Amino acid sequence: MFKDPFDPKALLGRGGCSCGGNHAQADHARLTAAAVPAGEEDRWNRVVDAAVLRAVFPVDAQRRQFLKTVGAATAMAAISSVLPLGAAREAFAQGGAPEKKDLKVGFIPITCATPIIMAHPMGFYSKQGLNVEVVKTAGWAVIRDKSLAREYDASHMLSPMPLAISLGVGSNPVPWTMPAIENINGQAITLANKHKDKRNPKDWKGFRFAVPFDYSMHNYLLRYYVAEAGLDPDKDISIRSVPPPEMVANLRADNIDGYLGPDPFNQRAVFDGIGFIHLLTKELWDGHPCCAFTVSKEFATQNPNSYRALLKAIIDATAYAHKQENRKEIAKAIAPANYLNQPETVLEQILTGTYADGLGGVKKDPNRIDFDPFPWNQFAIWIMTQMKRWGQLKGDVDYAKVASEVYLATDTANMMKEMGLTPPDPSKKTIVVMGKPFDPAKPAEYVNSFAIKRS
Amino acid sequence: MLKNSLGLRAGLLSVLIFVAIVGIWQVATMPTAASGPAMDPEYAKLVGAAAAAGSKSAMPTPADIGATIWKHLADPFYVRGSNDKGIGIQLAYSLGRVLLGFGLAAVVAIPLGFLIGMSPLVYRALDPFIQILKPVSPLAWMPLALYTIKDSAISSIFVIFICSIWPMLINTAFGVGSVRKEWLNVARTLEVGPFRTAFKVILPAAAPTIMTGMRISVGIAWLVIVAAEMLVGGTGIGYFVWNEWNNLSIANIVTAILLIGLVGLLLDQGLAYLAKLVTYPE
Repeated sequence: MFKDPFDPKALLGRGGCSCGGNHAQADHARLTAAAVPAGEEDRWNRVVDAAVLRAVFPVDAQRRQFLKTVGAATAMAAISSVLPLGAAREAFAQGGAPEKKDLKVGFIPITCATPIIMAHPMGFYSKQGLNVEVVKTAGWAVIRDKSLAREYDASHMLSPMPLAISLGVGSNPVPWTMPAIENINGQAITLANKHKDKRNPKDWKGFRFAVPFDYSMHNYLLRYYVAEAGLDPDKDISIRSVPPPEMVANLRADNIDGYLGPDPFNQRAVFDGIGFIHLLTKELWDGHPCCAFTVSKEFATQNPNSYRALLKAIIDATAYAHKQENRKEIAKAIAPANYLNQPETVLEQILTGTYADGLGGVKKDPNRIDFDPFPWNQFAIWIMTQMKRWGQLKGDVDYAKVASEVYLATDTANMMKEMGLTPPDPSKKTIVVMGKPFDPAKPAEYVNSFAIKRS
Repeated sequence: MLKNSLGLRAGLLSVLIFVAIVGIWQVATMPTAASGPAMDPEYAKLVGAAAAAGSKSAMPTPADIGATIWKHLADPFYVRGSNDKGIGIQLAYSLGRVLLGFGLAAVVAIPLGFLIGMSPLVYRALDPFIQILKPVSPLAWMPLALYTIKDSAISSIFVIFICSIWPMLINTAFGVGSVRKEWLNVARTLEVGPFRTAFKVILPAAAPTIMTGMRISVGIAWLVIVAAEMLVGGTGIGYFVWNEWNNLSIANIVTAILLIGLVGLLLDQGLAYLAKLVTYPE
């Protein structure tokens, strides 16, 4: 994903790497070795230089001719004598001056928010010249209301929430945008210890489950999973919306039988000997989106430079979190009471993917959680098909239009290009959920193809 | 002498009850010897001590709680970032909100209560509204407040305001309404003006009842703030409880409970003292 377009060895096709990461094999060494800050400046400088050269020599043949005659170094020197390249580079790195420097970003203390949170202690915001305060918030409804009330300039939300807010499902319709996904995968189904021998969802009739919010991937994935096993999620089991930290307490008090929740609370249940991890959500859909970085359309249009700087910081932090070797350092940075307020070992198990499963075994899955900012429109369409399937969304929806208005794939791609990163081809995303492929061009047929549905 | 010995005996009994509670608690939470099957050491390293022994993590012992309380009291005013501040600062935030919300409620409730108490017509007209709004829980007000006010700080103050206004309103109205008719008649005979009557006759006569209302109100306000802050988050003792709930840290939560109780007691005693100042013998 983070390919260097200037690297002649870079393969521009979208093959996977054998390490399981979302990059080409050829990029593996560079992506997993270079620290972000060092590589970054070079990358940006190259982008600026290329832009200047293109401006001076609009015809490529002339540029090559000129370079051949005088040599690259002389050419650069000649150009900088009339055009202050250094200043241009600096101006580019900072973007325009942000309209608003002191920003408030709300987050829920879960590992999904890792890039948003770690960008604070690890200095990704300040590198963009922003003074960001990350504010811990009590629940999804509160973060939605505080965001709608403009108390937060940007916030951490569940990826279906900006769609729900824009569509006016569960609140007044306010145009909301999602320029970056935070994490993919990273959720799990946790069951109480007493259900150790009830691993087949067909035996779950009468179970009481918790999910973090009605408009969450957790809700849609749990419903999908039990429906595939032939249970109707509205009749055969009960699903309630419970804030993540209360899930463990409720599981302990035997108030619920299990939950499909965000980490750290799956691992925390294991850590406290209350529950076990039945499965990771990546086993249902490998690479599913979960949480998101969102801003109101109003903020993005009124403060374009602040918005760009913020988005850059987030893309930067996400790229950093994507790298396995940084994960331990990140776990340490976000464990204190100011951020997640969790034992470091719990966070480390989640982020590195070497974890205790609650049944006495140690499992290894480096992709238990991963970080990838690209807001594929196909994700949005899938989410809306599930909103439709479970009756949250009534009437006809122009799936593709809403998806492109809320999930700003073009913005993110442009920003990635500006930062010298290679965005993926937005049309190429295959989604397979529990073995069933999803065709984003035919959302209505997809909804109709399910036996258990509300609409 | 008899009174002294009663106080002494009561104190002794209090200490005994305290020791008994702590003793039972200590025995109940004593760590039990590992009983479960032996765990893979690699696995045991990844989970908490209780889970490694094959059981659920237990309640903290009184000694753990004592250590936690000491840790908080030794350094109550630290600031380690916007989401991690000392317990003293959190209490100060909560107290500030309570006093603001309660003060506003008093400013509205006492004059309004006066009005209601002096006019049986207004009293009857407003009674249904008061009776319906009075029992509403603060948590029910919160979503409405957040939605309409669009500011979480003002919302939590509004919730305190709306919950602490009713006892003061009702008590003021009741106190004003039940001023002895003879006193009012005397004032009327002496041709005292209405404002002078209000301030020189009715107010002193109703003051003890008003103070009782204020005392109930401040207790309610202190109850409400914890709930409101747990919901809205950010700062305050309620946020502290919520943040430690996130961490499933019972010791920190118990510390907060004790401190909340202590501050509530001080608020109540403060108003009880003020009430004493305005009482009069009949």
